[in-house]
Amino acid sequence: MIVAIASGKGGTGKTTVAVNLARAMGSPVQLLDCDVEEPNDNLFLKGRVREAHTVTLPVPEVDATRCDGCGECCHFCEYHALACLGGSVLVFPELCHGCGGCTLVCPQQAIRETSRAIGVVETVECGAITLVQGRLDVGVALVPPLIRAVKAHAQPGVATIVDAPPGTSCPVIAAVTGADAVALVTEPTPFGLHDLGLAVDTLRELHIPFGVVVNRVGEGDGRVHAYCRAQGIPVLAEFPDDRRVAEAYSRGELAVDVQPELGELFRRLHLGLLGLTGGRG
Amino acid sequence: MKELTVISGKGGTGKTSVAASLAVLAGRCVVADCDVDAADLHLLLAPIVKARQELRGGHQAVIRPEACNGCGECVALCRFAAVTVSTDATGGTRFAIDPIACEGCGVCVRFCPEHAIDFPERTCGEWMVSETRCGPMVHARLAVAAENSGKLVSIVRREARRIADEEAQALVLVDGPPGIGCPVIASVTGAGLVLVVTEPTLSGEHDLERVLALAGHFRIPATVCVNKWDINPEMAERIEQRARAAGAGVAGRIRYDCGVTAAQMAGLAVVETAAAAAEDIRRLWAQLNL
Repeated sequence: MIVAIASGKGGTGKTTVAVNLARAMGSPVQLLDCDVEEPNDNLFLKGRVREAHTVTLPVPEVDATRCDGCGECCHFCEYHALACLGGSVLVFPELCHGCGGCTLVCPQQAIRETSRAIGVVETVECGAITLVQGRLDVGVALVPPLIRAVKAHAQPGVATIVDAPPGTSCPVIAAVTGADAVALVTEPTPFGLHDLGLAVDTLRELHIPFGVVVNRVGEGDGRVHAYCRAQGIPVLAEFPDDRRVAEAYSRGELAVDVQPELGELFRRLHLGLLGLTGGRG
Repeated sequence: MKELTVISGKGGTGKTSVAASLAVLAGRCVVADCDVDAADLHLLLAPIVKARQELRGGHQAVIRPEACNGCGECVALCRFAAVTVSTDATGGTRFAIDPIACEGCGVCVRFCPEHAIDFPERTCGEWMVSETRCGPMVHARLAVAAENSGKLVSIVRREARRIADEEAQALVLVDGPPGIGCPVIASVTGAGLVLVVTEPTLSGEHDLERVLALAGHFRIPATVCVNKWDINPEMAERIEQRARAAGAGVAGRIRYDCGVTAAQMAGLAVVETAAAAAEDIRRLWAQLNL
């Protein structure tokens, strides 16, 4: 059973929900931090890194002695990662998606692939929680391959929680693909509602069952609840706007450690997510 | 013309609330909402759309079933696992391309022995030029589950600069996305100054470090503002020290104030209300000295 914690808007509490849910479960669970641009789960779990792997993408390397400057590779590349200038080929590895097309189209067989590091995947032991996290190298634009690498390092058959990045575009899709159910964390404000709507559109497109977690109830108003009612979307959990939670968060403490009574809310959220899968999990 | 890009690393630190207030304080400027994934600035600036344009970018592979002989060459070639194999009603094997997994590289299109794969252009969103009470605004909407947010960001910025040139506006104000990946890089490269809005939390500190490293990587001057600083004053202090150590400026602090959410509910910038935090943002604006 894989559940993903996602949101359209950033800063609504994805990480808080993901790490507290993992802790509240009590039994062995793996947590995949797929917010590889800004991975933060480790700040709260403080575990020991068991292994680390560099993640690479294949990028072209042109053998100048074979290249006759025909330009076929540059013409083929959809990402403009190759440019033909004055009869020689320039490679822009940061634009390359690693499709391998250029090596196949080159009539001179002058292109081979080398590896370009884009980040690391680390496995961190934190008691009952095994955290697998990706960390994108600064300056790298292409995020989905690293997210897929995080997911590839997960053990199959173990209860899994995916902490997704914010937004609605390709990194989010890479993170939630394959999940049995998704919790969309939002807050009861105009920004929260607007971005929730975008995330809902995305999940419907992906045909993944989902429910909503309303965080910071007390600020804002009832607009998110009204939207969920009108759309027939289950509200799986609500967390009050509580300065103690915000302060614990600021220090890197887990809400369920500071306020153990919250554990029950998280366990119920997990049951709610299981219920969404219709018993598939 | 100056270009100020507001980013944060961590999401939800108050980028958009700050950006809207800076736009109001500027009097008149060109505003660009580059958080094309989850754009919210329009909820505060109420743009009246003057022109909209569809963005087509990249292609998508589509198998013509009647031309496919089921050889499976495309499955072997695709590095993105985008080719799905299923069994149809008559028990035959059917190949199709998952439009969400397809990255539009064109390898299968080129090497299909039957030439059975089409490669149409795809729509990845639309961008709009609007008028607001603070001046012209360029914004966008990424199509559902679409790629190419970086390209959409580049277009929004290019249009905002063009309008600023045309109207001789002194300032382009960019509201950027969270993170450090493709749309963030597209939002900051070539900007005159990056304002990083962060919060006094362990996550805020960690994410700030990465976003300042990104600004450094592209040699863009950066300055930092700690929002909700009084949630954790020691952490606010520590973040400012780290920012200075990383060669960034410190532009000011904004207090925790529920008036910020109240302004959002009213569709106003914080500085258009009597919220206490408005004073902090005015000071921030003065300090930026744009």
